[in-house]
Amino acid sequence: MAVVKQRRRSLAPAVPNYTEADVRALSAANNEPVWLLESRLAAWELYEDMPMPTLNDEDWRRTDYRHIRWDEADRIITPNGATLDIVPPYNREPLIGDRQGGLLVVVDGKIVQHEVADELAGQGIIFTDLRTACRDYADLVRPNLMTKAVLPGEGKFAALHAALWTHGVFLYVPRGKAAELPFHVVFYNTHPGASLGHVLVVLEENAQATMLVDYASSPAEQHSAYIGATELLVGDAANLQYVGLQDWNRQTYEFSHQRARVGQNANLDWITGTMGGRLVKTYMELELDGLGAHGRMSGFFFADNEQLFDHDTQQNHNAPITVSDLLFKGAAKDHARTVWQGMIKSLPNMQKIDGFQASRNLVLSEHARMDGIPGLEIEADDVACSHAATFGTLEKEPVFYLMSRGIPRPTAELMVIDGFFDELLQRIPFERVRERLQAAMEAKIIGA
Amino acid sequence: MGAALEIRNLHVSVEDKPILRGVNLTVKQGEVHALMGPNGSGKSTLANVLLGHPAYEVTAGQIIFEGEDLLEMEADERSRAGLFLAFQYPVSIPGVTLANFLRQAINARMKAKDPDSKGISIPEFRRLLKAKMDLLQMDHSFAGRYLNEGFSGGEKKRAEILQMATLEPRIAILDETDSGLDIDALRIVSDGVNKLRGPNLGVLVITHYQRILNYIQPQYVHVMLEGQIVESDGPELALRLEEMGYDWIREKYNAL
Repeated sequence: MAVVKQRRRSLAPAVPNYTEADVRALSAANNEPVWLLESRLAAWELYEDMPMPTLNDEDWRRTDYRHIRWDEADRIITPNGATLDIVPPYNREPLIGDRQGGLLVVVDGKIVQHEVADELAGQGIIFTDLRTACRDYADLVRPNLMTKAVLPGEGKFAALHAALWTHGVFLYVPRGKAAELPFHVVFYNTHPGASLGHVLVVLEENAQATMLVDYASSPAEQHSAYIGATELLVGDAANLQYVGLQDWNRQTYEFSHQRARVGQNANLDWITGTMGGRLVKTYMELELDGLGAHGRMSGFFFADNEQLFDHDTQQNHNAPITVSDLLFKGAAKDHARTVWQGMIKSLPNMQKIDGFQASRNLVLSEHARMDGIPGLEIEADDVACSHAATFGTLEKEPVFYLMSRGIPRPTAELMVIDGFFDELLQRIPFERVRERLQAAMEAKIIGA
Repeated sequence: MGAALEIRNLHVSVEDKPILRGVNLTVKQGEVHALMGPNGSGKSTLANVLLGHPAYEVTAGQIIFEGEDLLEMEADERSRAGLFLAFQYPVSIPGVTLANFLRQAINARMKAKDPDSKGISIPEFRRLLKAKMDLLQMDHSFAGRYLNEGFSGGEKKRAEILQMATLEPRIAILDETDSGLDIDALRIVSDGVNKLRGPNLGVLVITHYQRILNYIQPQYVHVMLEGQIVESDGPELALRLEEMGYDWIREKYNAL
């Protein structure tokens, strides 16, 4: 008689295997200042007190990550001698303009390249890795690192990140200074395991900057975890253009928190592209704190094969006369799944706010599934807020029309899909960023 | 001798409902034919089938173009072979500009002829497009607009003829190109077609009304009724239909 073995899956996700000793060891290995160790340990306590998120949590209802193999993914990635050469040229080259104000390349947690343009000297602009910044510019980092934007207590992965972040970047632009040349950051991993990257941008009053962060890794068979945090602090009347492009290998699980705070009459243009990874759960939150603050969020995503992308966005209008404008456009093919869950919120009596959110989804396979859940919680009456989620498939008529002019089917389909994304790409003022996203999209469609 | 489009005993169904029931028609390069008939007689179905629209099923018959079986070809191959359809209701395609689209269409032709072709150069394409737009009195800003998106009825029809002028087909089918056009737009569109007329272009003008035929004068006029071509004659047939309507045709053939 055959014995059928059934494997039962427990409802509770497995937990990565970390201890307080890991936190202390990481901090000690890097000679971190005491305040930093203490903040890591405080976060560790929060982490230990929180359960792993499960499908019973509203935010995680559609995102089952229990298949992550923590025994592979939780080993913190350490440098193995890889240098800048391992990073593909297209990840390194300037994507904005011909010259970069600064380039910081982190491979396996190690800084392999750090350049700052001469023009920036003497302006008080700081562009360096976060660990150096914690040591050399503690007075600027300490008040801003996970105290204003992403807080350790807001989630299991936020706490884990605060306790164990492995590398990061710090950009600081003092009051009234404009960094004309863009900054470029590359977080690249060459082998599987865990990395916890941090982005901290502080623009003082009336400052200006543009920064692009590239996330990528070499293909691997074993699982990886990226537990990230991005903090964008945009002071009064400051102006930040920020681009994040994620292209992890297909065995990477990302759990990230990103939050921007935008001051009075300040402006943030926040662009993200999500292409890689096996499973991505990202919170992106826009806090419009000051009167007249303006924030625009533009999200490109394209999931294929077994990918699952879950974007959780919030536009919080914490002051009157604030404007937020979110557009997320994505496609899913094969067996991919995507979730976008958005919320526009206002504090009571925040008048004359203008909040807009739209999620546009292109479902390219009958097995793909896309969810878009818009939301509004507005407690004021003199407001202009709207939200929309739309879903469509690749329609036959436009494809036939293009073919009837001699264009072969694959090109015709590509053109229609390209056209779908055009509305989003038009919001991106950087030609090479658009080209990168287009190339990623085409590779996904062709199945390269 | 020029190329010929030969439709032989064509039967077509949509969702198992027969629409065309044995159509026979030959259009040669250099000829202009008009296909008239009441609403629902199958004229637009014929136009779409000729280009291979996926919604229609050919149940019998043949379409031969230059000796080749058109039914074996996809829509893009038919186009590259020299067939063109000016759609009655051109679909809008957001995010795809008219210029980008036409350049892709030209490049597809060049690549089909020579796989190593790099396609038309941008300056050359710009010159070509401007010349063709001037022919149709179109503002050059049209090139940067999304294909048919927000175009008025007249603008859509002009854009169709612009495509025809650019792609230089051997046989063009104009499906109700006159519908929705005011008299000025009709004149511009017809002038555009007339400038393209010549020994290298055969045209099949599909229309309800005689009106467009005052501008684009056919040598042959055919009448379609219930999925068959029932009358074929010279241009005087169109005038007779204008004067008497379609009832006499119905009576004549329902009696058969």
